[in-house]
Amino acid sequence: MTKKKTKTKTKSKTKKTFKFEYDAAPESFKVEIEEKYYNFIGGEFVKPKSGKYFDTVNPATGKVLTKIALSNTQDVDAAVKAAKKAFEGEWSSLSGLERGKYLFRIARIIQERSRELAVLETLDGGKPIKESRDVDLPLVAQHFFYNAGWADKLEYIMPGKEVAPVGVCGQIIPWNFPLLMLAWKIAPALAAGNTVVLKPAEQTSLTALRFAEICYEAGLPAGVVNIITGAGETGAALVEHKDVNKIAFTGSTDIGKLIAKTAGKTQKKLTMELGGKSANIVFADAAIDQAVEGIVSGIFFNQGHVCCAGSRLLVEESIKDVVIKKLKKRMKQIRVGDPLDKNTDLGAINSKDQLKKIKDLVKQGQKEGGEFWQVESELPTRGNFFAPCFFMDQSASSTISREEVFGPVLSISTFRTPDEAIAKANDTNYGLAAGIWSEKGSKVHEVASKLKAGVIWANTYNKFDAASPFGGFKESGYGREGGRHGLLPYLEVK
Amino acid sequence: MDVLKTIKMFAGGAFIRSESGATVPYIVEGEELARVCVASKKDFRNAVTSAKNAQSIWAAKSTYNRSQILYRMAEMTQGRETELMNLMMASELVDEANVGEEVQKAVDTFVYYAGWCDKYQQVMGGLNPVTGPYHNFTAPEAVGVVSLVTSEKFNLSQIVDNICAIICSGNSVVALLSPESSVFVSILGEIFHTSDLPGGVVNLLSGKIEDLATVMAEHMEVNSISFQNENEKIYFDMRSRSIDNMKRVVGANQKAKSLELITDFVEQKTVWHPIGV
Repeated sequence: MTKKKTKTKTKSKTKKTFKFEYDAAPESFKVEIEEKYYNFIGGEFVKPKSGKYFDTVNPATGKVLTKIALSNTQDVDAAVKAAKKAFEGEWSSLSGLERGKYLFRIARIIQERSRELAVLETLDGGKPIKESRDVDLPLVAQHFFYNAGWADKLEYIMPGKEVAPVGVCGQIIPWNFPLLMLAWKIAPALAAGNTVVLKPAEQTSLTALRFAEICYEAGLPAGVVNIITGAGETGAALVEHKDVNKIAFTGSTDIGKLIAKTAGKTQKKLTMELGGKSANIVFADAAIDQAVEGIVSGIFFNQGHVCCAGSRLLVEESIKDVVIKKLKKRMKQIRVGDPLDKNTDLGAINSKDQLKKIKDLVKQGQKEGGEFWQVESELPTRGNFFAPCFFMDQSASSTISREEVFGPVLSISTFRTPDEAIAKANDTNYGLAAGIWSEKGSKVHEVASKLKAGVIWANTYNKFDAASPFGGFKESGYGREGGRHGLLPYLEVK
Repeated sequence: MDVLKTIKMFAGGAFIRSESGATVPYIVEGEELARVCVASKKDFRNAVTSAKNAQSIWAAKSTYNRSQILYRMAEMTQGRETELMNLMMASELVDEANVGEEVQKAVDTFVYYAGWCDKYQQVMGGLNPVTGPYHNFTAPEAVGVVSLVTSEKFNLSQIVDNICAIICSGNSVVALLSPESSVFVSILGEIFHTSDLPGGVVNLLSGKIEDLATVMAEHMEVNSISFQNENEKIYFDMRSRSIDNMKRVVGANQKAKSLELITDFVEQKTVWHPIGV
């Protein structure tokens, strides 16, 4: 067993360079955060019947930002009742065109308030402001804008078939892309004519509650969108509620299976967008510099808190040395630190629990052999931070090769033939995404056709769009979000 | 003295008895028409192995070829019209006046799905107009091995519909025919066997869902379940048990010859590639 931690050759010089190259560039926009947040039910903010609240924390500083309602079954019931009333009443009486207009209006308000939302997202979740500002928010607005236009064209979703909305949708979303996951869930649900009760992750509820304000501002009929906050028990109450017709969940495969087990005993429709351990395959005929950029954005985007992260790098053996050399050089340039600094590449790990999970898995990985390499990075003294790292040449059955770390931890192995690359890429219970790097078009298409994954990025990685369906094969879940296919799970085909 | 035959099951391209040897009499009006096999858990697992091995071969065939093979099934069914009608009458499952129509409905169902093999991809896939400079398209592909539980009530064209909706996109199927339908296992097997279909793509077992529900729901090589049986208790139990590999479980519906029955058993794959010189 070899344990090797390579330090940067000129440690002091590197640090110096970092300090001189960039001044702090903090985002100056200030968002107001209230002292306490309530649920958004039936078009108004209401105190939780539980009478309980929990803290939400800025993961970059460890400071408590505010208190949020901890919803119990009564709160969930109130939200579902409001959604049902809206579905049976005003919302269903609107034409598709009128329904769509509300979504267009919401999209516009999101665009106008995007800086505020981006800053809040970064404060609450720890992602770099340049990502929340330049990736998350533009996509959030686009999802509403895109789906708005479907509201009056639903008969084209499944050609030749009549469709109808499902009813009340219970939606549970994770903490890695809080507002974007909300958009993925709410925009198609509403366009299809449903009403929703959405529970954001307990770590990141603030932007969802700000979105509730936007619904109010847009004049959306009461009860069409209901936001209830809380943790696992709140989610479970939503899944179990008899008047919820559909559950849409994005999160870990373990929780997804529990939900599927519960909901499986009922007629509820299900869509599940779960975990992944996606392979990023680099062939010898790839444009190497571009591939290295793709490897970095594949695994280090959003601190690696990405279900489709390219967490398994498969490199063709003949180019391994050059790829590793370039990758190390590039990884040393990743700036880890204050998420609100506009130059930060890697922000805060979303929570203490997640940081512990990453550290535990890395420790376990170090026990299991292969080579470990981590950037020597000056991390902030407060908050949750973790420097980017990789494991190399571990066995295919090792923990890091198989388990979803959900952090900036890459697993690297090699292959000799395309068939071997495909076999290794498919050797996982997951099937969410994969990357292919090659300049040969026929090879790209051959490999893409044989990979068991729902999203294939060829000569790119981690690209998202409201018009592009997203979702996995196998244990990465079922159903698609985005594009025409993203509407189908919210419709009954007659 | 009449020589009563045992109706064999069809799996891995061969006509088989249950590995357990178990059979039960198929009784019509108090008389034994034949003996039918009772599939065991091991029979099911063996059939899944055959289905798994055959699936990639079947999915790799050109869609035009798959289309022709399904059409061949229609030809083979038409060719066995008399035999099918006689069996429907002997088993007293269909009124004499309707047997011809029932066979024709089954033939038409084969023809319907034969036409879809090379078309549903265009209808349900497409080019995605993304914002950046990327070529982005979504195309459906087979989910893998599908386990089918047929209705308790015999309905030839419904069985054909259930099977075709699964296989026309490149899936393989392990179908459990209900006790009432079990007398048709061999003749249906002959139709598939003589249609140039690779062995193992369609596997037909006979038996009771009560015996096989658990192994079916928990089998890690089964990717999806088509549950067309009427027993809701078993359906919800199977749906709830099938989470280990996140099977796609599709419940009973009264639909026939319909596009969405195909899309129930496909995965949508989206591919991105940059555009630029």
